[in-house]
Amino acid sequence: MTRQMTGAKMVVQALKDQGVDVVFGYPGGAVLPIYDEIFQQNDIRHVLVRHEQGAVHAAEGYARSTGKPGVVLVTSGPGATNAVTGLTDALMDSIPIIVLTGQVPTFMIGNDAFQEADTVGITRPCTKHNWLVSDTKNLSEILHQAFHVCTAGRPGPVLVDIPKDVQFASAEYTPPQKAKTSHYQPQVKGDMATIIELVEAMEVAERPIFYTGGGVINSGPAASQLLRELVESSGIPITSTLMGLGAYPANGQHWLGMLGMHGLYEANMAMHGCDLMINIGARFDDRITGRLDAFSPGSKKAHIDIDPSSINKVIKTDIPIIGDIAHVLEDVLNVWKSRGRKVNREAIQKWWAKIEAWRKVDCLAFKQEGKSIKPQYALERLEALTKDHDRYICTEVGQHQMWAAQYLGFNDPNRWMTSGGLGTMGYGFPASIGVQMAHPDALVINVAGEASWLMNMQEMGTAVQYRLPVKQFILNNERLGMVRQWQELLHGERYSSSWSEALPDFVKLAEAFGAKGILCSDPADLDDAIMEMLNYDGPVIFDCLVEKHENCFPMIPSGEPHNKMLLGQNASTKDAIGSKGAVLV
Amino acid sequence: MSPLQIKKGSSKHSAYNLRPTFSDEVESHTLAVIVDNEPGVLARVIGLFSGRGYNIDSLTVAEVDHTGHTSRITIVTTGTPQVIEQIKAQLGRIVPVHEVHDLTVEGKAVERELALLKVQGTGDKRVEALRLADIFRANAVDSTLNSFVFEITGTPDKIDAFADLMRPLGLVEIARTGVAALRRGSVNDV
Repeated sequence: MTRQMTGAKMVVQALKDQGVDVVFGYPGGAVLPIYDEIFQQNDIRHVLVRHEQGAVHAAEGYARSTGKPGVVLVTSGPGATNAVTGLTDALMDSIPIIVLTGQVPTFMIGNDAFQEADTVGITRPCTKHNWLVSDTKNLSEILHQAFHVCTAGRPGPVLVDIPKDVQFASAEYTPPQKAKTSHYQPQVKGDMATIIELVEAMEVAERPIFYTGGGVINSGPAASQLLRELVESSGIPITSTLMGLGAYPANGQHWLGMLGMHGLYEANMAMHGCDLMINIGARFDDRITGRLDAFSPGSKKAHIDIDPSSINKVIKTDIPIIGDIAHVLEDVLNVWKSRGRKVNREAIQKWWAKIEAWRKVDCLAFKQEGKSIKPQYALERLEALTKDHDRYICTEVGQHQMWAAQYLGFNDPNRWMTSGGLGTMGYGFPASIGVQMAHPDALVINVAGEASWLMNMQEMGTAVQYRLPVKQFILNNERLGMVRQWQELLHGERYSSSWSEALPDFVKLAEAFGAKGILCSDPADLDDAIMEMLNYDGPVIFDCLVEKHENCFPMIPSGEPHNKMLLGQNASTKDAIGSKGAVLV
Repeated sequence: MSPLQIKKGSSKHSAYNLRPTFSDEVESHTLAVIVDNEPGVLARVIGLFSGRGYNIDSLTVAEVDHTGHTSRITIVTTGTPQVIEQIKAQLGRIVPVHEVHDLTVEGKAVERELALLKVQGTGDKRVEALRLADIFRANAVDSTLNSFVFEITGTPDKIDAFADLMRPLGLVEIARTGVAALRRGSVNDV
């Protein structure tokens, strides 16, 4: 049976057939036919954002917290260009999202028509793949391919640009089963000989460590389960990147905490001193490695990744395994078990003793004293009062993001939404909206800085309109805290444009949007104020006035290796960054 | 199995080929990239090179299968072995790219380039140009009383050598196609 329908109807039909239940978008001239179709059905919910960037971040939040692709619908020209930041963010963090853009009619393309932009040209470098649909008869197949491409292999954003005449014209609808996706099939099974090589290395290693990343989360819940089994049964310590938090539980006994520039002392020292590093779904990002020529100098390095281009990109790998994390870990576990579950227990025990000594440094220690709230204290209290909730955490970008990663514990995957690769200020608020749409009954908190939060504050309207009880926990230091910290360390304490003047009254701002605002400035009131936020059934802006000049420690100064960390309490920040490090970001 | 004879998406060669050592020496490699002939595919390939700071010494592209609509892009690039491996892995990630072949490591390959050279001159110089063209097996494909257009096919080196000889004899303009390359022997890549 053939089904003829308009292109606009095809879009809605394809989304339904792909199991989409929510679309984040903003209408405009070039997508009106699709909006008309959305109006005439009830299966797919449309969330009207207040800016297209918000739509893309919301879709990212939805995708990260569910593992399903997030869908965005925006118009041509400015609608598409406003989506670029979100697309780049999703590309850097390997988040599956599908952005549908309207385009001027095919016969007007290239004529500088009203709201025309070369959308596929602009978004080519910031998508995994994109399509300009020139004929309605190809539209449904392309949409199904878009879903396949964005989720297969290393996930990423895709974009389908649909001219208005293609939306109006009719053609036959291709169902998902009939769409050709055969030629894009990334390898998921790892090479067995290399997997055996990895197991052999694990059996003899004296100071092994797992270094895991977002790839474990992207691979799905099975990957996290297998990882936990491997860690528990081998007794090997584990650390994770910012992106991978939650794959192994923070309350697990082999957990070292996050590693990297603002990672924990014990995690970084263990990375520096290990003799076998097993990288699972991480990419040796520069926030992780620090100075490359001094990065973990004495270790053999194994790297499991689904993307061949990640391997040997920055760090030479001795044992490279290309494949999906869950598939590879399953094979690793099977081989390891069949060979008798051997590890060098005695040596690993000594290794743990060393790690415990590093842990005694207590690198996250801080003193809450005086009348102002330390940001670390605010997060410590937030953690204590919310850890037993069904909780999802988003963040913006900056000091608060690092503190959240340090002081909040994540015991499950898909509970932590943060912009890692691109570092997009303004990410967290719309992301929290996407998360709350996917998990209406959960507690969704966006840990924010006041400056980041203001970048997409217009989404307060969305939160109120859709009755999304997202909690905006703003650590307000009236500064661009991370910029300020770098200026202190690197630019002679000349704080060029790094303070926030003319900040709004956040309580009044919340009220103006019809939400609740809470102000807290006294450490003694903090617990009650947090409880008030949690008990309020609706969106809340929590303006937490914190210590203005707090620096985020520990820190590996740029251009330095892992064992040259600055620690919090007695860190001398003078000349911490040399001239070589100064050119790095 | 050659590590490079791996279907699209797997690109295992990236990691395995590299394992022995990294060298800092810059090498020239000829890559054959089989792609779907769809709008924007060349921009994806070129954008990858410019966006990530890789070199393109020469690039040719044409549809080679009119029924399957696939094109063959031949790229000559230079870089350290690590960079070359990155280039191949990055090319392999592009969705409409079917296969990436490194003709420099997969075995001996035939490389040919075509060039057209306009040489202006009269008298002895004109005679000498014609004599040298004969030695290089270049054909005169257009002639006036004071000019020739020579067509020459060969390796880029041979064309360079011919152009160097023609320069003092009145070379005024040159058009080159870039390298097309195929593996020698009976094994086919596609």
